[in-house]
Amino acid sequence: MSTNTENFEDLVKKEYEHGFVTDIDADTIPPGLSEEIIVFISKKKEEPLWLLEWRLKAYRQWLKMEDPTWAKLDIQHIDYQSISYYSAPKSKEDAPKSLDEIDPKLLETYEKLGIPLDEQKMLAGVAVDAVFDSVSVATTFKQKLADAGVIFCSFSEAVKEHPDLVKSYLGSVVPAADNFFAALNSAVFTDGSFCYIPKGVRCPMELSTYFRINASNTGQFERTLIIADEESHVSYLEGCTAPMRDENQLHAAVVELVALKDAEIKYSTVQNWYPGDENGVGGIYNFVTKRGDCRGHNSKISWTQVETGSAITWKYPSCLLKGNNSIGEFYSVAVTNNYQQADTGTKMIHIGNNTTSTIISKGISARHAQNVYRGLVKISKNANNARNYSQCDSLLMGDQCGAHTFPYIEAKNSTAQVEHEATTSKISDDQLFYCLQRGISEEDAINMIVNGFCKEVFKELPMEFAVEAQKLLGVTLEGVVG
Amino acid sequence: MLHIKDLYTAVDNKKILEGLNLSVNVGEVHAIMGPNGSGKSTLANILAGKEGYNITQGSVSYENENLLELSPEERARKGVFLAFQYPVEIPGVNNIYLLKAALNAIRKHQGKPELDAMEFMNLVKGKMKLVQMNKDLLSRSVNEGFSGGEKKRNEIFQMAILEPKLAILDETDSGLDIDALKIVAEGVNSLRNKNRAFILVTHYQRLLNYIKPDHVHVLSKGKIVRSGGPELALELEEKGYDWIN
Repeated sequence: MSTNTENFEDLVKKEYEHGFVTDIDADTIPPGLSEEIIVFISKKKEEPLWLLEWRLKAYRQWLKMEDPTWAKLDIQHIDYQSISYYSAPKSKEDAPKSLDEIDPKLLETYEKLGIPLDEQKMLAGVAVDAVFDSVSVATTFKQKLADAGVIFCSFSEAVKEHPDLVKSYLGSVVPAADNFFAALNSAVFTDGSFCYIPKGVRCPMELSTYFRINASNTGQFERTLIIADEESHVSYLEGCTAPMRDENQLHAAVVELVALKDAEIKYSTVQNWYPGDENGVGGIYNFVTKRGDCRGHNSKISWTQVETGSAITWKYPSCLLKGNNSIGEFYSVAVTNNYQQADTGTKMIHIGNNTTSTIISKGISARHAQNVYRGLVKISKNANNARNYSQCDSLLMGDQCGAHTFPYIEAKNSTAQVEHEATTSKISDDQLFYCLQRGISEEDAINMIVNGFCKEVFKELPMEFAVEAQKLLGVTLEGVVG
Repeated sequence: MLHIKDLYTAVDNKKILEGLNLSVNVGEVHAIMGPNGSGKSTLANILAGKEGYNITQGSVSYENENLLELSPEERARKGVFLAFQYPVEIPGVNNIYLLKAALNAIRKHQGKPELDAMEFMNLVKGKMKLVQMNKDLLSRSVNEGFSGGEKKRNEIFQMAILEPKLAILDETDSGLDIDALKIVAEGVNSLRNKNRAFILVTHYQRLLNYIKPDHVHVLSKGKIVRSGGPELALELEEKGYDWIN
C-alpha cells in the first residue's frame, strides 16, 4: 500500500513537471494514454485513492497485454494513443439547436421506430430546456426505488455515496486484468451504472438506463456493477432500440453482475449503435466484457441480448455458476448486415453441483456480413450433475454473407450432460413466395420470417422491449432481399 | 375473367407450356387434368406469379389486366389465390398471425378497414367449422409439423378467410385419405358461388366425384388437347391418359 502511495506522490509531481493537469477545469484532454491521464481522470471525478490505485494497476497490466486476435474479426489497427480518454459533457452551446440540424437518415430511423418527438431530441443530443415527461417519470421512479431500498445511480455517484459496496464488489467478477479490453476499461472508465438490491427485495420495476437521465454521457468506457443480495430479484434493461448519436468509435464496456443466495438477475440488452454505411465505412467498434457471478446457492443470471448495431461486435456475456443449483441463461439475437462483423456468444462455467445452463443463439447475416457464435461450456471436476443445453441457429440472407459456429465444450466431470444443436438455413424462396401469394408484401414477409426465427429469444425480453426489438429488426434488414 | 392465349413457357430452356389456351368465366369451375409432367403445376405457378418461369410467348389477362405484369402480392390482393400442392413450413411464424396479415393486406388494397384481433377471431371461428379445422393448428407455426391432410385443410381454411375471386387448387387432393378429401371438397363446394371461379388442377378423377366441375380440360405436352363436361373426366379415368395421345 505504501509503495502505491509513493507512486501516487511521484505521479503528482510528474504532472507538475509537465505543466499538465494543473488546469483541472479543462473539458477535454489531448489524445493519448499515460499514468498522468489516469490520474487526471481520477482527480476530475474526485475519486478516493484506492480507486486511482486500482486504475493504475489495471493500466500497468494493460501495457503488458496485446490486442486479442483469436476472434474471427477483421479489425483495423487501433491506435490507443490517438484517442482522447476524457471529455466532459458537452455544453448546450455546442449541441445541435433543433432537429433540423440532425442527419435526416437518423430522423427517418426514429420515425420508423415510432419514437416520440421529445425523445428523438434527447437521443439526437439536441439541447432542450423544456422539462421532459420522462424526467418527471424518472423522479417518481427514483422515489419508488428508494422506498424499496434499491440503490440505482451512476457509477460516479456510487463511488461517493456507497464506497464500501463499490470497493468490495468492483473487479470481483471481471478482474481488472481479465483481458485486454477489460484492463483498458478498468484504467480509464468514466462512468456507468450501479445497482444494489437489498436482501429479500423484489425490485418494484424494471431498471432501465434509459430512465437514468443523468447517465447521458457515460462515454466510451462504461462500467456497470449490479449486486443482487440474498433472495432479491431484479430485471435490468440496457440500451435502446433507437440509434444514439455518438462520436466515439471505440467502445469497451465492462458489466459485472453478482447474484447471492437465492437471488435472480435478468439482464436484457438492445444494442443499436452506428454500424457504418453500406460500404463498411465508419461504425462503432464494440468490445464488451460482460460476466455474471452466480455466487450463492440457487441463484440465477439470465442474459438476453439483441445486437443489431456496431461495425464490430466482440461480446461474450458469461455466467460463473458457483452456487449449488445455480442457473445461467443466454438468449441472443445477433444481426449483421452490409459489412458488419459480430463475434459473439457466451461462456457457461459450471463449478457448483446441480448447475444448469441454457444457450439459445440466433445469428442473422445479410449482404457481406459475417456472424460468429463462439461459446464455451465448461464443467469443472467437482461440478456434479451439471446440465447444459445449447442451440445455435444461423439464418443467411443472400449468398455473400457468412455464419460460423465455434462451440467449445470442456467436461471434466462424468455426471455432466451437455447437448448442442446447430442449424444453418436460408430464407427460402418457397417461404417468401408463400407469403407473397397470400398478399403480404415482401418486406413484411421477410420481417415475419425473421421474427419467427428469433421468437425463442424475443419471448425472453420484457414485453415492451420485445415489440421494439421486432420493429428494429425490420428496420435493420430493410431492403435486404430484392 | 381469365383469358390465357397461346402461352409458351420454358424453365432452364426446357419447354413446358407450348401454346396453351384457356378461358375461365366468373362463377365457373374448371378442372385441368393430365399426366405427370404435362405442365399442370407450371400453369398454376405462372398464374400465381412464381419466379423462375420464362414466358416466351402469349398473354394472360385477368379482369382486363395483364396478369403477367403484376407482382405475386398484387395478384393475391386482386383476388388470385393458389392452394399449394406442397404448403411450405415457416417455423416461428404463427399460423393465424400470417393469415391476419394476409387478410388485412388484401382489405387495405380493397380500401376496407383492417380487422382488429377480436373481429378477426370471430371470422376465424365461423370458417373453422367449414373445414373442420383443429383449433390447435391455429396457434401453431405455419404448417410446421402438420400432417399432409392438415396442410391441405389449412390451405382451404385460408381460402375461406381470404375469399378470392379466382382460386387455383394445385393437386389439393393428392395425398389425402377419403375422409380428408371429402372435407376439402365440402369446403370448396361451400365457397362456390357466382362471383368466384375455380381452377382445379388434378391428376385423378377422384376429386371430381365430390366437386362437380363445369368444364374439364385435358393437358398434354404443354397444351390443352381436349375439353368437355364432367363426363370427359370419367372417360379419362376409364381409358387412361394414353387414350388422348
